[in-house]
Amino acid sequence: MSIKIYIPRETTSASLGAELIAKAIDTEARYRNLEIELVRNGSRGACFLEPLIEVETDNGRVGYGPITLEDVPDLFDADFLHGGQHSKALGDVNELPWFKNQERLTFARCGIIEATSVPAYESLGGFVGLKNALAKDSDGIIAEMTDSGLRGRGGAAFPTAIKWRTVADCVADQKYIVCNADEGDSGTFADRLIMEGDPLSLIEGMTIAGLAVGADTGYVYLRSEYPLTQRILNEAIENAKAAGFLGVNIQGSGKNFHLEVFMGAGAYICGEETSLLESLEGKRGQIRFKPPLPAIEGLFGKPTVVNNVITLASVPVILEKGGKHYANYGQGRSLGTMPFQLGGNIKEGGLIEKAFGLTLRNLIEDFGAGTHSGRPLRAVQVGGPLGAYFPESLLDTQLDYEEFAKAGGMLGHGGVVVFDDSVDMAKQARFSMEFCAVESCGKCTPCRIGSVRGMEVIDKIVEAADETERETQHIILKDLCDTMESASLCAMGGLTPIPVMSAVKNFSADFNKGEH
Amino acid sequence: MQQLSGPIKYQEWNLDTAKMAVQEFRGRTGGVMLALHRIQQLFGYIDPSAMTMLGKVFNLSRAEIHGVASFYHDYKTSKPGKYTVKVCQAEACQAMGSVKLTEDIKSFLGVDFHETTASGDFTLEPVYCLGNCACSPNIMVDQETYGRVSIDGFKALTESLSAATSEESV
Repeated sequence: MSIKIYIPRETTSASLGAELIAKAIDTEARYRNLEIELVRNGSRGACFLEPLIEVETDNGRVGYGPITLEDVPDLFDADFLHGGQHSKALGDVNELPWFKNQERLTFARCGIIEATSVPAYESLGGFVGLKNALAKDSDGIIAEMTDSGLRGRGGAAFPTAIKWRTVADCVADQKYIVCNADEGDSGTFADRLIMEGDPLSLIEGMTIAGLAVGADTGYVYLRSEYPLTQRILNEAIENAKAAGFLGVNIQGSGKNFHLEVFMGAGAYICGEETSLLESLEGKRGQIRFKPPLPAIEGLFGKPTVVNNVITLASVPVILEKGGKHYANYGQGRSLGTMPFQLGGNIKEGGLIEKAFGLTLRNLIEDFGAGTHSGRPLRAVQVGGPLGAYFPESLLDTQLDYEEFAKAGGMLGHGGVVVFDDSVDMAKQARFSMEFCAVESCGKCTPCRIGSVRGMEVIDKIVEAADETERETQHIILKDLCDTMESASLCAMGGLTPIPVMSAVKNFSADFNKGEH
Repeated sequence: MQQLSGPIKYQEWNLDTAKMAVQEFRGRTGGVMLALHRIQQLFGYIDPSAMTMLGKVFNLSRAEIHGVASFYHDYKTSKPGKYTVKVCQAEACQAMGSVKLTEDIKSFLGVDFHETTASGDFTLEPVYCLGNCACSPNIMVDQETYGRVSIDGFKALTESLSAATSEESV
């Protein structure tokens, strides 16, 4: 009997040599006359253990990681095919505290199953949600979504059920479901992980959204930096179609849903929903005025649901286990679970799905095991390039939309980037302005010009000859940030002041070169 | 660090080939972008002469096509090197020393961003996040991402890539 070996086929593992390792294991097994079956799963999200190789043994799945090409002959010598001892042996991966302490709903299958296989997906509850949805009418599906309390995981945290209700209530000859997979925020990779590790959950979620609002066409707007994701998603779409879960007459219901992956072309702003729609129409990715909301006039002027990948990939479990089950997790108005992404200068980074309510410190210290460099932590940026920089003293802030807002930050897409004490926060603040200048769509002046002026003013603050001059420039920066915040058309210009002003407030010494 | 695939083989610019290749995108959602993607895949860049042609295909003005092509970072209007190297400039990589890595790469290759090495092998570009933020710093060579990149690893990689291209030309 051949032995099953799981080797992730996804970007993190591939970036650390997994494809070569897979080949080497295959070659070595042939050479040693051992019968193996390579299963290509996604990542379980423990990026620090990737490439994480698992072997199915009589005692469950035994993990080894992080594996390098050089480890391969050793692994065979150690009889890893039967769970043999090795310096990189991790035992039963599910028992590692890093996984055991998570609460996985959306990512329950990710990294465990062969990523694009419909039978593997169904063996762990896949498509149960869709079948339940097919038995309900539009109101019934939306009622489950209302019960779940799910809010948009892309960053804006808008209640998903309300958006769906709006689109469902529109009368139109055509409606669309658009998945925002333009995951451009630095420090975020949850979308990629689920699209590479459990793409069928996104496909199922989008199909359910289509049933709920009466849309028969969907697009996944995927960023061009994710070419492997594109291949995996397209394979999954083909498999779902072949199995009758996508396309025409889904499961004999008479309902249709067509899905296509559309590649972006490298523009951060296309993560903003109206800019994304412009881009999907083949135009410059310039944002639109709101209103009208995309829910009423979206793609080609038709009612359109625009949801983030994680929002849509959370839909199947809600329809499978019920909205109330999902809402049992979390607290207050932040219900359910959130896939937090721990990156930057962190020892044990990766994806941690937990109910809302744990603290930033839990995440960084209990899961992340501190900085990668071993130096003291100095700053944490949460919520992508438009999120606030927190000092160590704010680490006890609860990860919850409202709690974070109270502390002057935003949870956004749940990305957490850790910096050690070598960071220069004036440079980080300048970078925020620079990034805004590079990526601004140019439609509104506060964003387009303000960001350039912002860089100049921060330079002047840092280089100021005396305290009076520095004070003057600080007043100008504050004024500029106020203008950007209140007069920009979208979040790009509107939120860039957040990282900038949080750096000024929490790390003021860095803006005073003379005192360094 | 080792590249799985060799250099992408681009065709020499040919307007007729380009025109033939984009016909299927007429009437498709986002057709102009699909066409620009296709042209770039075939030739490595979008020759300015394509703008007028695409305008006719999509019934748009040349200015509108140029507007789209110039908006996105990915679309290039001049021929790139054999490999395109993108170095992540975003925060998570900065936290792991990408500013220094970028400087080292620039001085090793002897080019700044948006430039091609004298050998014609490498075009250097910035990129903002490759979605591999727990394994920073990251770079991308053509379609392949590399995590935890050091300057020594980068030097070895580029040497093997240069060797691969010179083998091909023999």
